[in-house]
Amino acid sequence: MIDLGLERSDRDGWAVLSVAGEVDVATAPRLREQLIELVNEGQYRIVVDLEAVEFLDSTGLGVLVGALKRVRTYDGELALVCTESRILKVFEITGLTKVFPMHRSVDEAVAAV
Amino acid sequence: MSEVVELEIPARPEFLSLARLLVTAAAAHDPLFPEDRLDDLRLSVSEACTNAIEAHTAAAVEEPADEGADSIRIRCLLDTERVAVEVTDHGGGFDPGALAAHPPVTDPARLDFERGLGIPLIRILTDEVEFRPSPQGTMVRMVLHAVSI
Repeated sequence: MIDLGLERSDRDGWAVLSVAGEVDVATAPRLREQLIELVNEGQYRIVVDLEAVEFLDSTGLGVLVGALKRVRTYDGELALVCTESRILKVFEITGLTKVFPMHRSVDEAVAAV
Repeated sequence: MSEVVELEIPARPEFLSLARLLVTAAAAHDPLFPEDRLDDLRLSVSEACTNAIEAHTAAAVEEPADEGADSIRIRCLLDTERVAVEVTDHGGGFDPGALAAHPPVTDPARLDFERGLGIPLIRILTDEVEFRPSPQGTMVRMVLHAVSI
């Protein structure tokens, strides 16, 4: 099985999910499951930290779009932390930087709202 | 004269990272291929192979009659400052023109679409792309130049 690191923590009322490794059609289902689990637990304010992600394709984008829709159903928010240019580029060229709140650090994401 | 590197992988998600690794390593043999274009190549190959894997799943080629019918062939043609990658599957074929356009990103309805970003990404990242669907499957040919044109 291909490694995908998923680590949960809490920060100022936000659930922080730190993702590490490659997010593609092989690993994205695990990310989706974890995000659904958070929402099922009543966590509607989520920060997904992508700083340790080495690769992300459209399957990963789809999972994040689905999670954003889910939390907004509950008036929640899903913010991303991403500074790595190769990952940021995927959001930029698909226009999704206008959909997700994008931040440079977890601290910045949590402080923004 | 192109140099050719070929790989055949089972049409399953767990082999996708291997396809990315090999194609990117093959292109990196050309010292003039810059890192950002290798990133574009890596993503394009991932998208094309994901579509191929999903085509196999949709066609449910579980017990292939012919050897290799449940595999994806990836062929890289390496030239100086240019790489062409052909991804051939044995899925059901598809019509790239039939893809529904997404609502604008500023429209809340955009969030209803989790899929369908792969082919638009390939079109943006490559210099040339051609889809050749057939009843036997689909061949996607992508060309990337070391310096994007």
